[in-house]
Amino acid sequence: MITDRLARALDDRLRLSPIARRAMAKVFPDHWSFMLGELALYSFVALLLTGVYLTFFFDASNADRVYHGEYAPLEGRTTSAAYASTVRLSWDVRAGLLIRQTHHWAALVFVAAIVLHLARIFFTGAFRKPRELNFLIGVTMLTLALANGFTGYSLPDDLLSGVGLRILTSVVQSIPLVGAWLAALALGGEFPSDAMIPRMFVTHVLLVPAVLVALISLHLGILVRQKHSQFPGPGRTEHNLVGSRLWPSYTLRSLALFAWLLAVLFALGGLVQINPVWLYGPFEPAQATSPAQPDWYVAWGDGALRLFPSWEFRIAGHLVPAAFFPGVVLGGVTFLALYAWPFAERLRTGDRRQHHLLDRPRDHPVRLGVGVGALTFYAVLTVAAGDDIIARLIRVPVYDLLSLFRVLVFVLPLLAGLVAFLVARALRRGDAAGVGELTRADLRRAAHRSVRPPEADSGESETPARDRPGERIELWPEGDLWRWRYRDEDRQVVFPGSRAVRSEEEAASAARLAYPGVDRVVVPGPPPAPPPGPVRVALRRWGRAAAAGSLLLAALLDRRRDRRRQERERAEQASSPEAADRASTGGGRT
Amino acid sequence: MSARGPSATERAASRRIVAAFGASAAGAVGFAVTYAQGGNTRWEGACLAVAFAGLAVGLAVWARRLVPVGGYVEEHEGFTPPPTEQAMTAAELTAPDSPVRRRGLLAALGLALTALGAAALFPLRSLLPFDRARPERALKDTPWGPGVRLVDAAGRPVRPQDVPADSMVAVFPEGHVDTGDAPAFAVRLEPRRFSRPPAGGHLDGLVVWSLLCTHAGCPVRTYLKGTARVLCPCHQSSFDLLAGARPVAGPAARALPGLPIEEGPDGFLHATGDFTAPPGAGFWDSP
Ligand code: HEM
Ligand code: FES
Repeated sequence: MITDRLARALDDRLRLSPIARRAMAKVFPDHWSFMLGELALYSFVALLLTGVYLTFFFDASNADRVYHGEYAPLEGRTTSAAYASTVRLSWDVRAGLLIRQTHHWAALVFVAAIVLHLARIFFTGAFRKPRELNFLIGVTMLTLALANGFTGYSLPDDLLSGVGLRILTSVVQSIPLVGAWLAALALGGEFPSDAMIPRMFVTHVLLVPAVLVALISLHLGILVRQKHSQFPGPGRTEHNLVGSRLWPSYTLRSLALFAWLLAVLFALGGLVQINPVWLYGPFEPAQATSPAQPDWYVAWGDGALRLFPSWEFRIAGHLVPAAFFPGVVLGGVTFLALYAWPFAERLRTGDRRQHHLLDRPRDHPVRLGVGVGALTFYAVLTVAAGDDIIARLIRVPVYDLLSLFRVLVFVLPLLAGLVAFLVARALRRGDAAGVGELTRADLRRAAHRSVRPPEADSGESETPARDRPGERIELWPEGDLWRWRYRDEDRQVVFPGSRAVRSEEEAASAARLAYPGVDRVVVPGPPPAPPPGPVRVALRRWGRAAAAGSLLLAALLDRRRDRRRQERERAEQASSPEAADRASTGGGRT
Repeated sequence: MSARGPSATERAASRRIVAAFGASAAGAVGFAVTYAQGGNTRWEGACLAVAFAGLAVGLAVWARRLVPVGGYVEEHEGFTPPPTEQAMTAAELTAPDSPVRRRGLLAALGLALTALGAAALFPLRSLLPFDRARPERALKDTPWGPGVRLVDAAGRPVRPQDVPADSMVAVFPEGHVDTGDAPAFAVRLEPRRFSRPPAGGHLDGLVVWSLLCTHAGCPVRTYLKGTARVLCPCHQSSFDLLAGARPVAGPAARALPGLPIEEGPDGFLHATGDFTAPPGAGFWDSP
């Protein structure tokens, strides 16, 4: 009742109902992969919420500050205000560590969700006309997410992140002509400068988030205007969109996803330690941690810095340092290639049509091969960022491992890309339904280039065949309103139109747009919906109980493992000579 | 169905949703209680996780069971507008009196905006305060210089005998323990074993080098005394101290700069100049 009154009161003043009715009837495709973008969006919301809380306690300053608080090893020591306040946040602010760790985990999930979302967009060709603009915005948001992750990671002014910042500064310095100036302008002087933390803070909490909010709004605005794309299937054409409605089902489902994400983030933030800066110690120019690994999303850059040979040269007496190629050139090429892909692909295929039906990855063997090869390349670089740890684990000299990685970084991507290409070709040409059903003959055939495959990327072939007799549009009156639905007897699908309209003509024209050329008939009324069978209901219930149980079990196990690890760490710390060394050299600030 | 009231499955779903939201409320209360009791990161996280998981389960069951799902179809107009409409819009934009037709005025406007944009770049120069040295100068200069005493991390001056034979000692210019480009290290080596003399010279085998890796500036903290090599923890460059601190493995390409030293009349170590090359990572104007 209250909702009803409120809605009426608002509508009397703002006349929202026409917009609201269309919005509520907006259709979302039901495939899981459309949730990845939402996951990124909700991670960003989680970052905003937790981040604002952190700003109340974090002191963004390089100035000296004496720490007093619960963390005994730091008691009475002078460090930067940024470091001291981060340790305070973790040890002395109630719920501070929870929010800080949740913020960090949310950052990791945020970037992961964006990358997966990008992979989905890439492999299904969702970037094709008319969605190029949103692709460009998305790639920009990925760069901003990486930048904000890096600045956030550097804010606490601890030893691990400080060394990372020094490496990044060196990479910027390596740019020919302007590098030294760029780095000095950004930091307000030579590394480490006093302006460093305050500047990164403003960038991290205001500049980049504000740009991200603007770009997200634009991204979503364009999405609503262009509507979702969808996978091909019966009754799905270039002229329609099949799925669930925004109100009520998608609203509930999307909120459920948000709640799931928060549950996972808070579980991680509370139970799984991340970035314990009090163990690393404050940044000092003469100290380094070993081993030193960055957060996962910058590890590819770190891996590239490790693998690139010690090769540099001079141009007319000027130095182009070794860090320039893996640091600046690789990063630049990566993002330029991402930005350019939709246009490069269009140049190659000459395809200028609109596409609202997605490709299956196999439909484009070249795209699949390139994508899989690129992902493998970055994956090898990411793993290479841990070469010192791997070397210690498997007891191999680190330089042997380095040589191996230098080979793998070229060989594995080529192999993976080639395999993906061949499998896609075999799937497209043969009649195997999935990768599991491929025969050797299929693959052999795929390796020969002469056979011209049937034109697979013509989405138009999915429009309903004019002469399929089973297909029709049914319209019926419902009180003053009209509804319509699509029915395909042969394929046994029935899709009701997403909303009721006010006249038969309106219903007919919506149906004509969605299914051009399909016959329309007026029918008496809605068919009764069959209730779900008891077996399926029971099965689902058991399935869900099992899932919940295993989740609980996993959480318990994780907690136990974590507690044990912490005990071990505490024991190690007490006995490690390195820690003692650090304390003796680091404690002597004057 | 609706005539008979909710079906059995609907009732079951409703019960589960209520149970889930109940669990959620319990989680929230648990969080509040934990917090009020003095706080515990693990319990707070676990309680909030339960609270949100309860919400999620409740909402998900609700979405699946109690509201219509899937299979709706919406028409998609596409983006190929009727040609006349596009033409009309274009015609209006480029009508004879349209601003876009005034080429001369547009060029003047463009000039003004370009000048403004270029002028707006000037204040960016303030990001590097004017009283600071120019970057390429700052990168080359360090606090080291003739007569500057070497001190350890605690600020105590270093005597030659303070440098033992089997480890490295981090040294700093007096008064500059925290300066970014100044850290150096002293080691004691046997001069016979030098295959190449240290760039900064040595005092009976006592040599001082910049601590900053020439790859990307990490401190090369690990000293392997048997082979007299130092190792950078960041990307595993290693430098052979017997061969003038030349890089022998990993991505670094330039030798560590040396620091010329002498024993002063006070018995402490003094620098006799700056590093033999700019310390740390390379840049365009590196000599
Ligand atoms: C694109 C979104 C963001 C990403 C990827 C991100 C990432 C990070 C990361 C990785 C950290 C290091 C956490 C740690 O110490 O372990 C951090 C710290 C921090 N973030 Fe963010 N963040 C984002 C948005 C925000 C926003 C919107 C705010 C506030 C308005 C914020 C405020 C802070 C503060 C104050 C810290 C320092 C607290 C500390 O030292 O732990 N962040 N951020
Ligand atoms: S910074 Fe030393 S190897 Fe890269």
